[in-house]
Amino acid sequence: MRQGGRRKLEFRVLALFFAAFAVFLYGPIIAVVILSFQGIGGGLTFPMNGISVHWFGKLFEDQMVGDFEGSFVRSFTLALVVMALTVVFSLAAGLAFRKPFRGASVVFYLTVASLIVPSILITLGIGLMFDRAGFEPQWYSSALGAHLTWTLPFGLLIMFAVFNRFDPSYEEAARDLGARPWQVFRYVVLPIIGPSLIGVGLFGFTLSFDEFARTLLAAGVHNTLPLEIFGMTTNATTPVLYALGSVTTGVSFLVITLCLVCISILRLRRLRHGSDAGRGTV
Amino acid sequence: MRYLQVLPFTLTLALFLVAPILLIGVVSFWDYNEFELLPDFVWTNYEELFEASVTYKIYLATLKFALLTWVFTLVIGFTVAYFLAFHVADLKWQIVLFLICTIPFWTSNIIRMIAWIPVLGRHGLVNQALLALGLVDAPVEWLLFSDFSVVLAFVHLYTLFMVVPIFNSMMRIDRSIVEAAFDAGAGTWRAIWYVILPLCKPGIAIGTIFVVTLVMGDFVTVQMMSGGQSASVGVAMNNKRALLQYPAAAADAVILLLVVLMMVAALMRIVDVRKEL
Repeated sequence: MRQGGRRKLEFRVLALFFAAFAVFLYGPIIAVVILSFQGIGGGLTFPMNGISVHWFGKLFEDQMVGDFEGSFVRSFTLALVVMALTVVFSLAAGLAFRKPFRGASVVFYLTVASLIVPSILITLGIGLMFDRAGFEPQWYSSALGAHLTWTLPFGLLIMFAVFNRFDPSYEEAARDLGARPWQVFRYVVLPIIGPSLIGVGLFGFTLSFDEFARTLLAAGVHNTLPLEIFGMTTNATTPVLYALGSVTTGVSFLVITLCLVCISILRLRRLRHGSDAGRGTV
Repeated sequence: MRYLQVLPFTLTLALFLVAPILLIGVVSFWDYNEFELLPDFVWTNYEELFEASVTYKIYLATLKFALLTWVFTLVIGFTVAYFLAFHVADLKWQIVLFLICTIPFWTSNIIRMIAWIPVLGRHGLVNQALLALGLVDAPVEWLLFSDFSVVLAFVHLYTLFMVVPIFNSMMRIDRSIVEAAFDAGAGTWRAIWYVILPLCKPGIAIGTIFVVTLVMGDFVTVQMMSGGQSASVGVAMNNKRALLQYPAAAADAVILLLVVLMMVAALMRIVDVRKEL
C-alpha cells in the first residue's frame, strides 16, 4: 500500500472537488427554490424582498401561466402511462433477450439508435408523420410515442444489466420442485428483479414528466408541462417562473424519493426473509 | 414466444423511431412553396444546403460546442468517478454520493437551464460577488446568453453521462492490478495514465457517445442559453421548420443524422456496448 499521508491528501483534494461538483449541480436549483418564495415586490434575482408564497398562488391565475393545471395533469397522466408501458415492454423484451433469437441484434441496434438519434429528428419526424397521415397530434398519441423512444432504451438496457447478473439456478431449483413457468416467473424471478423494475419505472416516469425536445412538435394543441414552462421563459419577468420550477422539481424529487424508499424496503424485506441457510438443520 | 415478448417493444420503436426517420428521408427530396409540401424527387434541398457557406459555419460552431463539452465532461466525470471508485471505500457512502450525481438527471432539463438566470444574470449572484469584491466595475455581460453559458449548461446537464459509464468501468478493474502498479513504483499520476485510464476506455467511449450525440443534436439548450444569439445545426433546422420549410429541414436532419452516425460508428469500434452492461 502507498504511504498513508499522500493518500490522505489525495482523498481531501478529491473530496473537495466532489463537493464543488455537487455545489455546481445543485446550487442553481437551490437558488431557484429560494427565489420562488420571493416577496411580492421582488424580482428575478437576489436580494430577497421579503418572503411570501405569492408566486405559487399566481400559478393558478390564467393570465400568468398559460394553463398550469391542465398541462400539469396531462404531463402527470402521460408520465404514469409511459412508466407502465416502459416497465412492461422492457421487461418482456428483456426476458426475450435472455436466450439468443433471430433478429436480436436488429432489436439491439434499434435500441441504441433510439438513444443516439438527435431528438429533433424524432419530434420533426413524428410531427410530419401525423400531419401526412391526417391525424391530429395529441399528447396521448404522438407525444406518448415520442416519450417511449427515449424511455424504452433505458428500460431495456437496465434489463440487460439485470439479467446479465441473474443466476438461473434459482429458476432451475423452482422448476425441479415442480413450479410451472408462470409460478417460476411470479414467485422467483419477479421478486428478485423487483427493485430493478422500480428503477425502470423511475426512469420511465421522470424522463417523460420532464421531456421537452422530443415533444416539441409532437404534442399537438394541448401542451405538456415542460412545453408550457418553455413558452414562459421567453416572456417571464416575475418569480412565478421559479415557483413553477420549484413545483416541478418538487414533484420529481417526490417520485425519486418514493422509488428509492420502495427499493430499499424491498431490499430489507429480502434480507429479513431471504435466506434460510443453516436453519432447520441440526 | 420470444418474438411475442419482444413485439411490443420493437413495434413501438418501428412506429415512432424508424417510420418517422424514413419519412424525413422521403420528405427531404420533396419540393415546397410558401403554402404546401409538393411530393417530388428533387435534389434542390441538399444542393441549397451544401452550397450555403453558412452550413459549414454552423457545423463548425456545433462541433466546437461538442468538443468543449466533451473535454469538460470527461475531465470532471473521470475525476468524480475516480474519487467514487477508488477513494470512497464504504459501500453505503458510494451509493449516496453516486445518487447525488444521478438525481439531477431525473429532474427537468429546462428548469436546470432556467436555474442559471439568478446565478449568472446581469444582477445575478456571480456578478454581485464580483462587484462586492471589487474585481469588476460593471456587471460582466458574457456570463449569461453567450457561448460560455451554452457550454456551461451542457456540462451541467451531461457530465452525469460520463460519470456513470466511467464509474462502471472503474468498478470492474481488478484492484490488484492497480496495487501492482504502485508496488512497481508508479505514482498516482502514472498509475492513472498507464493503468486505470486504458482500462476505462469502454466507459469513456460510452460517455462520449452520449455527450457528443446529445450536443450535436441539441436545439433547446443553445437557443435558451445563448438567448438566440448562437447558432447550431439543431437551431438552424428548427428555424427552417418554423418557416414551414419542412423539406429543407428534413435534408438538414438527414445530413445531421449521417454525421452523428459516423461519429458513433467510429466510437463503437472502441467498445462493445452489450458487454458493458
